Amino acid sequence: MLQIRRIGVRLAGLAATILVIATINFILVHSAPGDPASVMAGQSGATDEKFLAEVRAEYGLDQPYIVQLGTYLGKVVQFDLGYSFRQRRDVADLIMERLWPTLLLTLTSFTLALAGGIFLGALAGRRAGRWSDTLISMGALLLYATPVFWLGLMLVLVFSIQLGWLPAFGYASIRADSFTTWHYITDVASHLVLPAVSLAAIYMAVYTRLMRSSIIEVSHEDHVKTARAKGLTEGRILRRHMLRNASLPVITFAGLQAGAMIGGAVVVETVFAWPGLGRLTYDAVLQRDYPVLLGLFLVMSVLVILVNLLTDLIYRMIDPRLAAR
Amino acid sequence: MNRREFNHLLFMSGAVAVSGVGLGRPAFAQAAEGGLTAIIQPEPPILQLALNQQTPTGVVGGKIYESLLSYDLKLTPGPQLAESWEMSEDGLTYTFHLVKNAKWHDGEPFTAADVVFTCDDFLKEVHPRARATFDRCESITAPDDYTVVFKLKEPFAPFLLAFETSSAPMVPKHLYEGEDYRNSEHNQTPIGTGPFKFNEWVRGSHIHLQAFDEYYGEGQPHLTEIYYRVIPDAASRSVALETGEAQLAQWGDVETFDVERLSALPHLTMTTEGYEFFSPVSWLEFNCRNKPMDDKRFRQAVMHLIDREFIRDRILFGLARVATGPIASTTRFYDGDVKQYELSIEKATALLDEMGLTPGSDGNRVTIDYPVPPYGETWVRTAEFIRQALAQGGINVNLISTDVAGWASAVSNWEFDITTNMLYQFGDPALGVARTYVSSNIRKGVMFTNTAGYSNPEVDRLFAEAAVATSDDTRQQLYSEVQKLLVEEVPVAWLTENQYPTIYDNRLEDLIVSATGANGNFASAKYAG
Repeated sequence: MLQIRRIGVRLAGLAATILVIATINFILVHSAPGDPASVMAGQSGATDEKFLAEVRAEYGLDQPYIVQLGTYLGKVVQFDLGYSFRQRRDVADLIMERLWPTLLLTLTSFTLALAGGIFLGALAGRRAGRWSDTLISMGALLLYATPVFWLGLMLVLVFSIQLGWLPAFGYASIRADSFTTWHYITDVASHLVLPAVSLAAIYMAVYTRLMRSSIIEVSHEDHVKTARAKGLTEGRILRRHMLRNASLPVITFAGLQAGAMIGGAVVVETVFAWPGLGRLTYDAVLQRDYPVLLGLFLVMSVLVILVNLLTDLIYRMIDPRLAAR
Repeated sequence: MNRREFNHLLFMSGAVAVSGVGLGRPAFAQAAEGGLTAIIQPEPPILQLALNQQTPTGVVGGKIYESLLSYDLKLTPGPQLAESWEMSEDGLTYTFHLVKNAKWHDGEPFTAADVVFTCDDFLKEVHPRARATFDRCESITAPDDYTVVFKLKEPFAPFLLAFETSSAPMVPKHLYEGEDYRNSEHNQTPIGTGPFKFNEWVRGSHIHLQAFDEYYGEGQPHLTEIYYRVIPDAASRSVALETGEAQLAQWGDVETFDVERLSALPHLTMTTEGYEFFSPVSWLEFNCRNKPMDDKRFRQAVMHLIDREFIRDRILFGLARVATGPIASTTRFYDGDVKQYELSIEKATALLDEMGLTPGSDGNRVTIDYPVPPYGETWVRTAEFIRQALAQGGINVNLISTDVAGWASAVSNWEFDITTNMLYQFGDPALGVARTYVSSNIRKGVMFTNTAGYSNPEVDRLFAEAAVATSDDTRQQLYSEVQKLLVEEVPVAWLTENQYPTIYDNRLEDLIVSATGANGNFASAKYAG
């Protein structure tokens, strides 16, 4: 009984949080100068009063702020994300189209960054002070300092222009709808490589450094000394006694960053013409396409919450002590 | 998870990390043989050209939709959906004879009823520019299925230039009649009479058009399909042209500094033809309501301070002509015999001194705000250059960076001192030039009107008379006069007539054949051999 009440309270809290987020989003979005009508007018090269008034009326911008906010929140409660009058389509459709490419890109990059970071960090941490450690640490620092768009362009230069191995941009080849399933998968995968590596690089660098220091710290713990005293090989000690403990801070950190990754993919999505949410957001900001923008904010907050949940699960898998609690 | 499971997971994730590289395979997939892959940037919001006239919408929509006329590189009207036309002696009645075998992409025949519906109803409802033109009509009627008669309230000289595709795209009556035009479901699957029909639009990726088999042009179109790929990053667009993944880029797709390099590649050709209908002119706009911009001498001083050849050569990399006045030299009624403002700091300072605008203790005569238009690097560099140039005359400029919404809102609501702006001329001074200078077009909150707030009864009179004059000689006389007057008055400081590069695969022939170039319908475009 108490348990159910507790869950109920938490759910109510969550709903309230989302409404507060939605309200803040609304105020934020509407406080930028200009509106969708002025953008459309500014881009079409000619306009008149009737056109501006009609666009504003469609968006409901001729209503008082408080009425607009009320209408918006009313729709959010009904899970209605609204309609983009600029693109003449439902916001939910626009977002759903872009959701899959973004999830594919960010999840691949996330996995890549985490796996690579833990692997390289552990390697460096075990050989702290030796040349391989110096090499990895230097490499990580270099990656960390490299701007994402530059790295992306350099990868294109090498792998697309010079070597011709990988496509330079896009999500799939333009005739991809006629491909067999397997051909389609490899096609998308080959398009995925460069953007995923570009996006993963900076995070991998961070995780490598985190993992390295974490490994060094764990290696001074009593249970590791005991294992060493037992005469276990170094490799076995690393795998069985250190890796899991040492990964925890990295995974905690990665979980926090995963949200940022979803929104922060905009640069990579732009360089590689990847049709994802980041670019949709960027365009919507510039176009003051309020319904799209508000819809995106909402979907992204939900995604961040989901990713945090996922991190929690992974955390418990790696450290069974947490699950027992 | 126990240790074995954990190790398994570890192995798997390591495998993912390693295998990331190696999945690759060459994927330079392109449009099928005889097809064209072009770049489109930015992605248009919709393709219904009657509802949206942004440049990218015009580029893609121009293949799907058509209007009654086409225009050659000299802006002479030619046939399109109308095969012939005539004007009455008094210049009040225009009669168009339509082609008889044109069809909509859904198979229905195109008839005069569609033209009447489009011009008298649809466009008047949704299209600001067409509304201004067709509001001049007393009646638009269809005596038979293939004849349309426009009766004007008073003569309007550039009436024949109003039938360019993006100015008056024909829409199907049988689909739109009785619908809410803006929210009709048909807007998602555009149906026109053009040589290419809409097939698919994967947002953020590409738009696919297919040749329309029942197109009325004999043997046209030659291309089998067109893919417009959305490539948001400028460097990636250059790469696409370089590798042959795309065979065509237009307007501002390629950064000015990259044009020369790409044009020199053996498989590419560059032309600046095909923008005559638009003939954009850029200028430094003054807010003539504010001091000291309200004084003609201040505006003249600014003309003396800006080295426009520098802008042409160093900022636009030669892709421009220096503008001499309000009318572009690529359009009719241009007159270059106007006052010249040579580069001279002395003349500028003399004018400013004469105004009594003397330097303060910090050396500045005045400080003014300059919202920088957010249309790319070129505009930012131009703004920075103008700031330096004006500083030499003791005019301190405050650059304000903003985005499209912020800039358009500031300029249309007159919240600026100076800014750069650029307008299309739409083929005739009465359509694209007068709007910037006549006092009847000072309309707060509306972009691309007389936002400078310049007002001069003589200028108003000259433009008004030239618009209704039926003889070209009279028009030339009036426009020559107004050009002289405006250049003396400097309501805006003209900078350059901007040119755009169209870069395309040099196997393509008859691609850029009209004054609307890459916005044209590509019915005649084909691969050599």
